[in-house]
Amino acid sequence: MCGAPDQDTLPALEVSAGEAVVHGTVVRGGQPLAGAYVRLLGESGDFTAEVQSSATGYFRFYAAAGDWTLRTLYRGGSVDTAITAAQGEATSVQVDVPE
Amino acid sequence: MSRADVLVDVDWAEAHLDDPKIVFVEVDEDVSAFDGGHLKNAVRLDWTKELQQPAVRDVIDQDDFGTLMSAKGISNDDTVVLYGGNNNWFAAYAYWYFKLYGHEDVKLLDGGRKKWELDGRELVKDVPERPATQYAAKSPDLSIRAFRDEVVASIGGKNLVDVRSPDEFSGKIKAPAHLPQEQSQKSGHVPTAINIPWSKAAADDGTFRSDDELGKLYGEQGFDDSRSTIAYCRIGERSSHTWFVLHELLGKTDVKNYDGSWVEYGSLVGVPIQNDTSQKAV
Repeated sequence: MCGAPDQDTLPALEVSAGEAVVHGTVVRGGQPLAGAYVRLLGESGDFTAEVQSSATGYFRFYAAAGDWTLRTLYRGGSVDTAITAAQGEATSVQVDVPE
Repeated sequence: MSRADVLVDVDWAEAHLDDPKIVFVEVDEDVSAFDGGHLKNAVRLDWTKELQQPAVRDVIDQDDFGTLMSAKGISNDDTVVLYGGNNNWFAAYAYWYFKLYGHEDVKLLDGGRKKWELDGRELVKDVPERPATQYAAKSPDLSIRAFRDEVVASIGGKNLVDVRSPDEFSGKIKAPAHLPQEQSQKSGHVPTAINIPWSKAAADDGTFRSDDELGKLYGEQGFDDSRSTIAYCRIGERSSHTWFVLHELLGKTDVKNYDGSWVEYGSLVGVPIQNDTSQKAV
């Protein structure tokens, strides 16, 4: 599969030693925002992956250790969030989308 | 062939949803997307169940494609407008597939599902009843499909365009970052391939960049117009997106999609692979 898996039906999170998971929730006005487009951009700004937030606003990427930017697109705009992923760990982030 | 022949925008699509000779076809890897809402009168193509053979890793054959189109109620003279999620990756793959079997009038919806959703345009749950047709697929046009031996023989000769992300190209990661990284393939890329990620050809909302921008992009990255071209990615969807750009939008000649892509190439015994990372992934 090359495309984005449904973020509503992801398997339980298991992080292997070689992976660096970035995951989190998109929130607007304190409520989870479903259907936002979350893009993972590499250090040079290159697109790496994109998923749509689940019904609970959840998203997950299997990245690599290093600095990344999450670009979240929603109806009306987009917001960038910087994040650093670590090997063998799941790094959690909350993306706040303006109301 | 010009941009207007192969690409429609969301306004055009919205104005043609009820046109009986235009069939909107949604192609997603996530079939629940269609169930949750789709363009009015659109039908679904399921790439896992309908566009792949069940046992063998290959496209379905000519007769089966004809049977599939007949069952979907698509006629040879219909205009097929493809769209989907993931910036039209799978819709572009289906576009290439329709061209492989000789469908005359196929178009992509610029920006696909994402652009449509971000615009807040209407999605419906009703599924249209389309009477079955007698669709006749043509024999596969292998001038747009590359196989592994041709890829190996093209090292140092053709434009080999690796459209994956820079981190997949270098060998740092093995798959797009929304997927688990446990893969059996070796990581890296075909020697002499140039890395022009598919995403460079599209804006954040999934729409294609202008012809001028696209022409400049490939020129700057070392694309040689005097050479034939093979595009590849991991399983052939993203490279269909770039095949569409090169062959359909920019009108470059002799451009093939290698749908076997890295899942096949990275599993072959003995073929040359370049890995740019210091710590070689196993």
